[in-house]
Amino acid sequence: MSNIVEIRNLEVTFATDGGDVKAVDDVSLSLAPGEVLAIVGESGSGKSVTAKSVLGLLPETAVSRGAIVLNGKEVIGMSGKRLRELRGVDVAMVFQEPSTALNPVFTVGWQIAEGLRAHGNVSKREARTKAIEILRKVGIPEPESRVDYYPHQFSGGQKQRVVIAMALVLEPELIVADEPTTALDVTVQAEILDLLRRCRDEFGAAIILITHNMGIVADLSDRVAVMYQGKLVEEAPAQQLFDSAKHPYTQKLLAAVPRIGSGASRAAARVSDRAAAGGEKDVEPVVIADNLEIEFPGRFGRAPFRAVDRVSFTISPGEVLGLVGESGSGKTTIGRAIGGLNKITGGSLSVLGHEMLGFKERQFRPLRSDIGFVFQDPASSFNPLLTIAQCVAEPLIVHGKAEDPNDARGRVDELLEAVQLPRAFGDRFPHELSGGQRQRASLARSLALRPRLLIADEPTSALDVSVQAKVLELFADLQRDLGFAALFISHDLAVVDMLSDRIAVLYKGQLVEEGVGSEVLGNPQHPYTQRLLASLPVPDPREQTERREALRALTAVDY
Amino acid sequence: MTTTPSRFVAVWRKLPIVHQVRQSVGLQRGMLVAGLILTGIFLLTALFAPLLAPYGFSQLRDDEGSFGAQVPPGGQHILGTTVGGYDVLSRVIWGSRTALLVIVVAVALSIFAGVLLGLVSGYLGSWIDRVLVVISDAVYAFPTLLLAIVAAIAISGGQSSFWGGVFAAAVSITVVYIPQYFRVIRAETVRIKSEAYVESAKVIGSSTPRIMFRHVFRNATRTLPLIFTLNSSEAILTLAGLGFLGFGIEPSAAAEWGYDLNKSISDVTSGIWWTSLFPGLAIVLVVLGITLVGESLNDLADPRLRTRRRADQSAPVLETAALSTVDLDGDVNSIDPLEARS
Repeated sequence: MSNIVEIRNLEVTFATDGGDVKAVDDVSLSLAPGEVLAIVGESGSGKSVTAKSVLGLLPETAVSRGAIVLNGKEVIGMSGKRLRELRGVDVAMVFQEPSTALNPVFTVGWQIAEGLRAHGNVSKREARTKAIEILRKVGIPEPESRVDYYPHQFSGGQKQRVVIAMALVLEPELIVADEPTTALDVTVQAEILDLLRRCRDEFGAAIILITHNMGIVADLSDRVAVMYQGKLVEEAPAQQLFDSAKHPYTQKLLAAVPRIGSGASRAAARVSDRAAAGGEKDVEPVVIADNLEIEFPGRFGRAPFRAVDRVSFTISPGEVLGLVGESGSGKTTIGRAIGGLNKITGGSLSVLGHEMLGFKERQFRPLRSDIGFVFQDPASSFNPLLTIAQCVAEPLIVHGKAEDPNDARGRVDELLEAVQLPRAFGDRFPHELSGGQRQRASLARSLALRPRLLIADEPTSALDVSVQAKVLELFADLQRDLGFAALFISHDLAVVDMLSDRIAVLYKGQLVEEGVGSEVLGNPQHPYTQRLLASLPVPDPREQTERREALRALTAVDY
Repeated sequence: MTTTPSRFVAVWRKLPIVHQVRQSVGLQRGMLVAGLILTGIFLLTALFAPLLAPYGFSQLRDDEGSFGAQVPPGGQHILGTTVGGYDVLSRVIWGSRTALLVIVVAVALSIFAGVLLGLVSGYLGSWIDRVLVVISDAVYAFPTLLLAIVAAIAISGGQSSFWGGVFAAAVSITVVYIPQYFRVIRAETVRIKSEAYVESAKVIGSSTPRIMFRHVFRNATRTLPLIFTLNSSEAILTLAGLGFLGFGIEPSAAAEWGYDLNKSISDVTSGIWWTSLFPGLAIVLVVLGITLVGESLNDLADPRLRTRRRADQSAPVLETAALSTVDLDGDVNSIDPLEARS
């Protein structure tokens, strides 16, 4: 049986302001019908570029060399018209962000039909029937009425289903899925992965899956290609790769993946450390939330939206509380409320002894030196026009600890060293640092005033796995050395497990479960926590198959 | 890439305009260079008008007697004389000086007020914002030239002197342009207000003025040079329009292209082409030059509009394969060898 795609010695070069950059260097891959090939690698490794070049979807600044043979047709150098004939019929694409991949002003039925109309003369009625049929196949309930819905009327997971339906409607033999679940919550991710598996089993489509999540790779793929700096460093069947990775980079990548269960021993060690340090049992907690409520005003004539609903928890000095939940669960809102960025509307929230109900910036400002905040996106949390040293010096200057950035430089250098950045980086601008380096600088800034409380809002979710591991390790080290209390917000259970003493699980604004890490993860009580835990793909194909069955059993009970 | 340029060259390459010229390719470079040449000629003419112009702007006679009206080009008067008996070439050259002065005064007046109001309005929000937005919308609703005429009359009070004329023109342009600067800066400020670095300044405990001027101000004003160039060309057109309608500067006070055009209306039908052609050409070329510079800078600042050279098939390629994605700020220069290694 011949291969669907043959990529031979592919090279892609981009013209940029900084000169030519080779994004893909001598990559050869092939894919048999009905096979799932995962391409993994960190951002910038060329995995997306490789996959997109199969569809001829590269920008004008790119020059590709080599050969891509798709169903016997050579893609490189193909004219625009022939490429259009190819797309949709031979190969289709599933994009990362379902909310932007769909056009908001057309109904989903129209958008699915558009693909049909582009490839042949299809009457409106036929197209509609086909759209309904394909929507049913991807698991959209009541497709007869929902075919006339607009994208905003669907949830994120359903939108991704629609995008997959659009890809499937012309029954292509190959689907390129570019990080299809990155924008989705873990529980939804499991459903979409199931759907992609059905794409292969029922539609017989081969899939090129681009991802950085080793769990997804283990869940879905037959074969794995690992890319690093534009080169293909390893290619092996999935089980073999996870069992015995050959290339050192692959080994490092696999070792960096956070796994559930690694945190219990650390937490225990920390607790005993703290007991040994003096057993501060009766100290007042730094944060006390008591029936905390946060509402956002609704639009005119609508009820306000309750983002946080009667949540109670405490954070003791030196303790790390991990807050987990999917998007929209209110976890970030709680973090921002503690940092004084959101107002609370009910209940009580006491931060370092200051009541946040009826918050006044002027009264709270002196306390800000005791609170550090690390933001999610390292790219935007630095003023792009100030150097790193100036940014890190800001808190010192604002609180009168230093006159100007030069005066603060000594302390800034110490801080940069504490987060393992070379001193010379202080003179660089934020865009000259990589994501991981920026996030470390962000940590340095938040620790500049030796705060008693640190709020970390998804500090590693924008980073690659290998970088994430380093930042988390650094965070744990600093926490141990400096002994600050921390609220660690994340959607990733494994990450939270690595760092936290206690874990709190939020679901739709409510705290559904709270307790010591080993309890919450080892023996979850609430059905949501159970589902969350079961949905998390583990980086081991064999174990993941078992877990998948367990999850199916769990969800079968639920619905 | 391989040879390290000397310090001087490195600094030279980073200078604002030089940097953009180096960055541009093809048609965009052509437009930018053409605009720069036209604008350069305009600036030089304005600066050295006393040396370049054969006669004064209000000179009617020299040692050999009166110039005479509507003398055709050639001889003593290379571009001829006007109906009022002025030398056309001298009027055109001196006129560039008036135009430059009006641009400088108008932009200086409107930029400070507009930027400050936009910053305050955008960052603080609440009722101040609403009031200012309504006022600027109201100003927008007026035809600009009509507003300029009213302002010109109010300021000069019908009298005409050199500085009175320049200021009347400049202030009337200012009134029209403050809302533009206000709008642009306000929109930028509202966008930047929700950026994480402003929030991180807030959680640090920075005071509101500090956030506004250290963090928001410099980031919000990055697009100003572009609006500045585009508005300058509009300022010249408004000035010429005012002069053409008779609200400009009297010929005895300064040379002004719009006024000369006005006086040459009757000449056009009687075959006297030189009195209208040259001032008109001056306006067109200066506006074209400045607009070209502004538009090209605008395109170059936006990575989505900037055309790039195609990747060279044979040229050596950078060692690293770390590719940055274009972030929303438009910074594409984060191609960082360290990215891949961190």
